[in-house]
Amino acid sequence: MSQVLTQKYVVGADDFAAAGAASAAVKKTLKQLNFPVDFIRRASIAMYEGEINMVIHGGGGVASVEIYEDCVKIILTDKGPGIPDIEQAMQEGYSTATDSIRELGFGAGMGLPNIKKQSDDFEITSEVDKGTTLIITINSNS
Amino acid sequence: MKLDQVLEVLEAQICTDAPLNDIEILAACGSDLMSDALAFGENKGLLLTGLNNPQCIRTAEMMDIHCVVLVRGKEPDDALVTLANEKEIVVMRTDFSMYTSCGRLYEAGLSGGDIS
Repeated sequence: MSQVLTQKYVVGADDFAAAGAASAAVKKTLKQLNFPVDFIRRASIAMYEGEINMVIHGGGGVASVEIYEDCVKIILTDKGPGIPDIEQAMQEGYSTATDSIRELGFGAGMGLPNIKKQSDDFEITSEVDKGTTLIITINSNS
Repeated sequence: MKLDQVLEVLEAQICTDAPLNDIEILAACGSDLMSDALAFGENKGLLLTGLNNPQCIRTAEMMDIHCVVLVRGKEPDDALVTLANEKEIVVMRTDFSMYTSCGRLYEAGLSGGDIS
């Protein structure tokens, strides 16, 4: 598993207009590297869901993307309020989003389950008042 | 179903510059919540939504969706149109409701596809 390249993006807090720009950039890079279409779509969806979460819940953060020959590892770190009950947060339909976030098209409580569904390996760690980290791995041959 | 047929079935108007060409749509999904739409697994799909901000275009981009239809007479905002033109995603608008739009497309032969 040799590393092809690493990309790092700063995701702004509450910058809803720019949300998704990092995921779009990663998608473009994966296309340029000729990865399979299905793999690119899975990676894009997983990262976009995570990026949106960072914007609307996490107070912004950093997205580090490690691209290998046969997989991509997406590490999303925020310094937001953290998640008190990860098991509950992973349930489809559970959301702490406000009405104003729902009016923007998010907060269905599908984000984290969607990320897990698209991933081959998914780790989430969180500490209240300190932040949340997601490590998403997607293999190109799965 | 070709995009020009979608346009006809929904009595829709095109809001963007990307040409319809011969783009073939294999399935459609309808939602105002983008995470619901992101669970839609079908490639070459169509997104129907009442969400008229740029995130519906970002969602379509991530999912390789070529066309977004704004239902219920929604008008796209300028940022949405700009991003859609940049990404070469076709945006249409129709006065029909979500329910009627989906029903008309389904009746015309466009299925709902699979949920991943």
